Amino acid sequence: MQLGNSWRGVRPVAGRALRGLILTCFLFVCLAAGGNSTSALAAPSLLNQKAPEFARTGLDGGRVDLATYRGKVVLLNFWATWCAPCQVEMPVFAAWQRRYGPRGLQVIGISMDDETAPVRRLAARLKLDYPLAMGDARLGKQYGGVLGLPITYLIGRDGVVRAEFEGETNLKAIEARLTALLAER
Amino acid sequence: MRFRWIGRIAATAGVTLLLTIPGGAKGQAPGAPQSSALSIPTVQRMPPQDLNRLLHTREAEKPLVLQVGSRVMYQQAHIPGADYAGPASTPEGLKLLHDRVAQLNRETLIVIYCGCCPWAKCPNIGPAYHELRRMGFKNVKALYLENSFGADWANRGYPVATGQ
Repeated sequence: MQLGNSWRGVRPVAGRALRGLILTCFLFVCLAAGGNSTSALAAPSLLNQKAPEFARTGLDGGRVDLATYRGKVVLLNFWATWCAPCQVEMPVFAAWQRRYGPRGLQVIGISMDDETAPVRRLAARLKLDYPLAMGDARLGKQYGGVLGLPITYLIGRDGVVRAEFEGETNLKAIEARLTALLAER
Repeated sequence: MRFRWIGRIAATAGVTLLLTIPGGAKGQAPGAPQSSALSIPTVQRMPPQDLNRLLHTREAEKPLVLQVGSRVMYQQAHIPGADYAGPASTPEGLKLLHDRVAQLNRETLIVIYCGCCPWAKCPNIGPAYHELRRMGFKNVKALYLENSFGADWANRGYPVATGQ
């Protein structure tokens, strides 16, 4: 009887040890199968950071230099011709440029296409009249990896990233944030 | 008792029948055009964790992984070992894909991925999948990136490589 009791007294400890061993093995397997690499692109958010500077030749031949828009609220949109949600957003951005431009908004579009020709065609079809330039891998990396489109940043008048929207987003949410930033002085 | 066994046999037969329906009919959005990712049968989608596990299992036969999106996206980040096969939504991209696999055994396990846009809006993955099937490849999987390559692969800590 005593033996039985003492044996039962040992069992919970053994059980805990076994559970611990199983948990350790499970964690090991998870780590081996999953997050075993340091992804160069799991970059920290740019929120509240100074927006990375860039200067490009625009599609119209002019210069698109982020620094020259300091003092304005910048809507920086990464897009591509093959991105369907982008094509829904961009005419709205063009309308916002006309509507909010006098209050200090500047829309900039960066195409992540490989070729310029389809970009020009689509820009003409959608009547995009804000500055457009071609992006590349370097610019994408500056912005933490543009690995899915669309991506839109709202940059405050002080040049700091105030909001980031990825994928299909609610345009009303972007507009609300935008108008709030325009109201800031 | 005998009737219970008959019921079990019937249930097993039903499940077997469902599993043997041709892939094209399972989990496919009815009427989705081949240009749409939604035309890819659900059973042919591969979750990111499955591909990562496959790539890291030493004993496992490695698939041919092809990125069928834009080069700019590939240069920023791609799955290590993946080849750039061109954006399949364009004739040029489709030709690049065709040329890349033309000489391969049709039993080769090929995993294609894009992740340029949310899955349902991706213009490349559907055409790439159907081109490979048309060419006779029997073992084609499409990496299921619900939101984007960034959100569903890179930012989850799965390995990436950069460059050409």
